[in-house]
Amino acid sequence: MAKRVLLIEDEPNIIEAISFILSRDGWTVHTHSDGETAADRVRSLPPDVIILDVMLPGRSGFDILRDIRSDPATQDLPVMMLTARGQTKDRELAEQLGANHFMTKPFSNAEVLTHIRALLAGAATPCDPAEPNLEP
Amino acid sequence: MLTFNLLVAAALAYVAFLFTIAFIAERRASLGKVAWLRGPLIYTLSLSIYCTAWTFYGAVGFAARSGLEYLTIYLGPTLVMLGWWWFLRKLVRIGRSQRITSIADLISSRFGKSTALGVIVTALCVVGVTPYIALQLQSLTLSFAVFADAGGSEWVAGDLNAVALYAAGGLAVFTILFGTRNLDANERHHGIVLAIAVEAVVKLAALMAVGIFVVWGIAGGVEQTLARIEASDIAHWEQSGGRWVGLTFVAAAAFLCLPRMFHVLVVENDNERHLATASWAFPTYVMLMSLFVVPIAVVGLDLLPEGSNPDLFVLTVPLNQGREGLATLSFLGGFSSATSMVIVATIALATMVSNHIVVPIWLRSRGQGAMMSGDVRAVVLTARRLSIIGVLTLGYVYYRLSGGGAALAAIGLISFVGVAQILPVMMGAIFWRGATRVGAAAGLTTGFAIWAWALFLPSFGEGAILSARVLAEGPWGIGWLRPSALFGFDALDPLLQAALWSMLLNTAVFVVGSLLSFPSPLERLQGAQFVNVFEHSAGAQTWAPNSAQAEDLLIVAQRIIGPTEAQAAFQRAARAQGKAGYLPDVTPEFVQTVERMLAGSVGAATAHAMVSQTLEGAAVSVEDLIAVADEAAQILEYSNKLEAKSAEQERTARALRDANQKLTALSIQKDAFLSQISHELRTPMTSIRSFSEILREGGTDVAAQQRYAGIIQDESIRLTRLLDDLLDLTVLENGQVVLNQQEGSLADLLDRAVDTSGLRSGGIKVIRRPADEAIALSTDLDRLGQVFINLVSNAQKYCDAENPELRIVVRQTPQGPVVDFIDNGSGVPEASQEVIFEKFSRLEDHARAGGAGLGLAICREVMLRLGGEIFYLPGQGGAAFRVVLPKSQAMAAQ
Repeated sequence: MAKRVLLIEDEPNIIEAISFILSRDGWTVHTHSDGETAADRVRSLPPDVIILDVMLPGRSGFDILRDIRSDPATQDLPVMMLTARGQTKDRELAEQLGANHFMTKPFSNAEVLTHIRALLAGAATPCDPAEPNLEP
Repeated sequence: MLTFNLLVAAALAYVAFLFTIAFIAERRASLGKVAWLRGPLIYTLSLSIYCTAWTFYGAVGFAARSGLEYLTIYLGPTLVMLGWWWFLRKLVRIGRSQRITSIADLISSRFGKSTALGVIVTALCVVGVTPYIALQLQSLTLSFAVFADAGGSEWVAGDLNAVALYAAGGLAVFTILFGTRNLDANERHHGIVLAIAVEAVVKLAALMAVGIFVVWGIAGGVEQTLARIEASDIAHWEQSGGRWVGLTFVAAAAFLCLPRMFHVLVVENDNERHLATASWAFPTYVMLMSLFVVPIAVVGLDLLPEGSNPDLFVLTVPLNQGREGLATLSFLGGFSSATSMVIVATIALATMVSNHIVVPIWLRSRGQGAMMSGDVRAVVLTARRLSIIGVLTLGYVYYRLSGGGAALAAIGLISFVGVAQILPVMMGAIFWRGATRVGAAAGLTTGFAIWAWALFLPSFGEGAILSARVLAEGPWGIGWLRPSALFGFDALDPLLQAALWSMLLNTAVFVVGSLLSFPSPLERLQGAQFVNVFEHSAGAQTWAPNSAQAEDLLIVAQRIIGPTEAQAAFQRAARAQGKAGYLPDVTPEFVQTVERMLAGSVGAATAHAMVSQTLEGAAVSVEDLIAVADEAAQILEYSNKLEAKSAEQERTARALRDANQKLTALSIQKDAFLSQISHELRTPMTSIRSFSEILREGGTDVAAQQRYAGIIQDESIRLTRLLDDLLDLTVLENGQVVLNQQEGSLADLLDRAVDTSGLRSGGIKVIRRPADEAIALSTDLDRLGQVFINLVSNAQKYCDAENPELRIVVRQTPQGPVVDFIDNGSGVPEASQEVIFEKFSRLEDHARAGGAGLGLAICREVMLRLGGEIFYLPGQGGAAFRVVLPKSQAMAAQ
C-alpha cells in the first residue's frame, strides 16, 4: 500500500508543486489548507508523515504541532515543518515543540523528497534520539 | 356691540401671528442664529407662564373673595427668585450637566436612574396638572361666553364644549408642530419659547391697560381709587397670618416643582447667568401683574350687578363701559395666559410620559435587539406626539367631567399642593447625599396619597367619587380619616391642613426611609454628582479599558441622536482619551457621557436602560460603580488644585506609557516587518523554484509544462508587484514623493476607479449618487485615484455578502467633503479596525485576496501626503472606509 502524506499548506501553487513531486515518488498525498481543523484531520486520517506550514489561516503551524504532540493517538507521527519566514527562533521553537525536521522555503524538490523518505524510515524505528514529547 | 365673529377672527389672527413667530424662531435657530432668541430677557418672559389664566382672571376673583391674600401666589415665586437664586443655579447646573429633560427625569436620575421613581413623579404630575389644564380650557370657554353673552346670543353648554374641544385641538397641533420638530439633544424649543415670551408681553400689556383704564378712566385717579379701596370690604378683610405663610410656601414650592416651571427654568435655560437677570426682572414682572388687581376687583364689585363672577371682571368691566377694543385686548391677554401655560405644561408632561412610561414599555416589549434595529428616533417622537394628544385629551375630559363648576382659584391651589409634594425629594436630591431611592419613593407616595385623599378627591364634590358619608364621617366611620379633618385635626382650613399634613408626613417618611435603606452604587454616584455639582469635575481615573462595546454604543447613539452628532461626539471623546478614530475606550466615565447624551432625547432612566442593555452589564460592573462613587467622594474631599494636578499627572503618565508602548511596538514592528517581507518574497519564490526544477527534470506532458510555466510567470508578476508596492510605500513614507497637481472632478475620478477595478462587468454592485459627486478637485488625481481603486477592489475582494453591494456616498461634513465606501459584507472586526492600515496586515484568508496587505498602508500614506485622511468608519453594517478629501483643494462646483 502506498505511504500516505498529509500536506497542511494554504498556498495553492506550493500545494500543487509538493503534491506533484510526492505523487511522482509513489506517495498518496492528502492536502489540507485550514489551520483551525488541521489537527482533527490528522487524527481522522492519520497519515504516515505530515508536512506542516507555519503561517496558516485560523491557527498557526506551531499550535497545530502542539495539538498533535499532546494527543496520544498522534504524538509519534513524524512532522516536517515548512516556513517562509526563515528566522532562527522559528526553527528553535519548532524543535522545542517536537518537529522532526524543519525546512525553509524556497526548497529544492530533491531535498524535500530525501527528508520525507528519511522521516518515514525513522518512524519505523521507534528509538528516536530526540524526545518528541517535550512540552515547553 | 362688537360682533362675536370679529372676536373669533381676532383670536384666529393672533394664533396665526404666534405660529409665524414660532416658525421664524425655529428657522433662525436652525440657521444657528439663536443669540437674540436666548437672551436673559426672553428667559425672564418665558418664566411668566407661571401667570396663567388663573392669575390673569382669577387673581381679581381671589381678591374679590379673600382680599389681599391673592398676593401670596406672587409672593412665593418672588421669594424664590430673590432669595433662592443659588438653589436655582444649582438646579440649572445639574440640569445641564446631567442633560435633565423634566422634573421626573431629575428625580429618577438622581436616585440611580430609577424607572419606578420616574413613573411615580410622572403620575403625580399628570394627576396634579391635568385639572390645571382643564382650568385653562375652562377660562378660555368662559371668556368666549362672556363675549357671546354681551353680543346678545345665548350660549348653551354644547357651544362651550365645542370651544373647549377646538381649543384643545388647536393647542395639540401647535404643541406637536413646535414641540416635537426634532429630538433636540438639549430639549430646547426656540419657537415655543419666543411665542410664550410674546404672549407674556401681551398679557402684561392687557392687564396693565385694563388697570390704567379702571384707575384713571373709571375711578378718576389714584386718590379716588385708594378711597374706593378704603371704603370696600377688601381693605377690612381679616388676614390670617397662618394662611399667608402657608399659601406663600405652597406657591414657592409649586413654582419650583410645577413641570412647566421646571421646563422653562431648567430645561430651556441657555445660560446660568440669565438667572441673575431673572432674579430681579421676574419679580418686577409679577409685581406689575398684581399692581391693578385690587382696583379692578373693587371697581368691578361697585360697578357690576350683585352676583357677577369676579373671576371675569377683567373682561366684564371694560365691556360694561362699552370699551370693546380694550375688552378684546384683555381677552387676548387671557387667551395668551391660557395657551402659553397649556403648551408648555403639555410639552413637559408629554416628555415625562413618553420618556418614563411609553418608551420603557416599548423597550421592554421589544427586548435586547430593539435599539439596534428599529428607528428609535421615530418611536420616541411618535411616543411624544401621542403623549401630547393624551395629555390634552385628559385635560379636556377632566373639564367635561368637572363641569366647570368650582371657582378658578380653588382648582389652582389644589394643583399647587399636589406638585409641591415633589419638593422634599427634590431638596433631598440636590442637598443630601444620604437620600435614597426607597426613601424618595415612600415619601412621594405618602404625600401623593394624603393630597389625593384630603384635597383632590373631595374637589370633585360630594358623591362624585367620595360619598357624602365618607366626607362627613370618614371611611367605614373612622372619624380621624375624614378628608377635611385628618387625624382629628380641623383647626385650619382644609387646604392648609392637607398641605401641612402631606408635606410633613411626606418629608418625615422620606427622611426615615432614606436613613433606613442603603443606596445602590449608582445612587451613590448620582448623589455625589448632584449634591456636589459645582465641585465635581472630571478627575483622575484609572479604569481598565473595555473597548469591545464601543461600536455597539456608537450604533445605539447613532440611532437616537443621529449619525453626524454621534460620530462627532465619539470622536471628541476618543480624542480626549488620546486615541485616534471614532471608538474611545469604554470607561465608566465615557459610559456616563453616552448616557447623558442619550438622556437629552429619551430621559435618564431609559438612556441608562439602553446603555446597560447594550453593554449587558459588562462594562459597568458594580465594582466599577463603587469605584466611581468612592473616587468621586475622595476627589471631593481633596482640594480642587490637587485634583487638577493628579489629572495632569495622569495625562502625562498616559502620554509616557503610550510613548513607551509605541517604542516597544516599533521595535517589534521592525522584526515583524522583516519577517513579513521574508514571507511575502519567499512564498512566490518557492513555487518558482519548485516548478522550474520540475520542468528541468523533464518527463511532464505538454499541458502540464504549459501550466507550470504559467504559474512561474504569475508568481514572478506577483513578486514584481510586491516589490513595486514596497518601493512605493518607502517613497511615500520618506516623504520623497513628487505630487502632480491636476484639475478634475470627483465624479470622473470615481468613474475611472470603478472602471479600472472591472466592476462594471459584474461582481459587486456599485451604488452611487452622481448628484452629490459634482465636486471639483485640484490635487494629485492619479494618487487619489489609486486610493479609490484600492478601496473599490478591496470591497470586491473581501465583501462576503450574498449579493455584494458597495455604496459610494459623498457627504458634506465639518471637515469638508468626504467619500464613504460602504459595503454590505460582515465588515472588519473592531480589534482589526486600526490594524488594517498597517503594513502586511491582511485579515484571514489571504489566499483568496491575493496582494500582500500593503494596499491600505499605501492609501493611508497617500492621503497623508495629499493633505486628506482615510480611516475606518465603524458602525455602518459592512466594511466602511471614509476618505476625507484634501482640504484646501476641494471646492464644491456650483
